[in-house]
Amino acid sequence: MLIFECPYCGIQADETELSPGGEAHLKRHGPGASDEDFEGYLFMRENPKGVHFERWRHSNGCGKWFHAARCTITLEVFGTYKAQTLEPPKKIKDQIAVKRPGWSWRTFS
Amino acid sequence: MSEPQTSLFPQFNGYVTVSCESDMGMIIMRGSVTAKGLGAALGTSLPKERKIVEGKEMQIAWMSPDELMVLCRKEHVADLITEVEGSLSTQHALVADVSDARAIFKLKGANVREVVAKLAPVDMAPGQFGSGEMRRTRFGQIAGAFWMTGEDELNIVCFRSVAEYMYKQLCVSATQGSELDLWT
Ligand SMILES: [Zn+2]
Repeated sequence: MLIFECPYCGIQADETELSPGGEAHLKRHGPGASDEDFEGYLFMRENPKGVHFERWRHSNGCGKWFHAARCTITLEVFGTYKAQTLEPPKKIKDQIAVKRPGWSWRTFS
Repeated sequence: MSEPQTSLFPQFNGYVTVSCESDMGMIIMRGSVTAKGLGAALGTSLPKERKIVEGKEMQIAWMSPDELMVLCRKEHVADLITEVEGSLSTQHALVADVSDARAIFKLKGANVREVVAKLAPVDMAPGQFGSGEMRRTRFGQIAGAFWMTGEDELNIVCFRSVAEYMYKQLCVSATQGSELDLWT
């Protein structure tokens, strides 16, 4: 069972109170984009063994979307942060570095 | 227009009693929950994060960083909306009467905590949750919010479209003989 702290209402919500929203920090490529970029935006997803970034929604709670950083092997949660950010905050990245030295995910490390 | 129903379900007498109060007024407000003038329009101080406060013939609950809910007598709803809308006239905000979209259940008895604990993923142990707090969560498969108005009294609000599901699961949870006596 995953338990995330919702960064909007502060509740420790277990995953039955949340809805998964897939991979985090996707850049939208819309009309006018190259076929390659559009394909990447629509279909290409990370499937890491280890550090991962996801979007979740506190659907049975305050209703807000947020980001979560966790480990797909151990289900350890490194932290959660608000949706209004284009990349993981430094605090979260530092926290991951302590527990998973040398980690990287897409262009982040 | 359909006539408002004042009692959707009969009172259930389990080891905790379950009754439905559907004639309550409810107003939802979206926008800045700390908006200037809002407290004055409501005549009370506004609730902090996850709290519910008692006002003059009303209760005000914090629902999310941009949402407040007012519970009041149904006949006060129209006037309150006019006042609140006036205080928010220069802001991007929404005020809506949702009374007919909701149902309220009242649980009474010494074991109200465990009747909720059986249905919702919330730590109901004394000290972990208590009066003055508003908790939005799920009950079984549906969304609901609840608050306590004493150690043996608890209120639950949910969408009226799923009120029957809520009523039935509360009755099952409160059935005589299913006591856990966790905290009594
Ligand atoms: Zn939340």
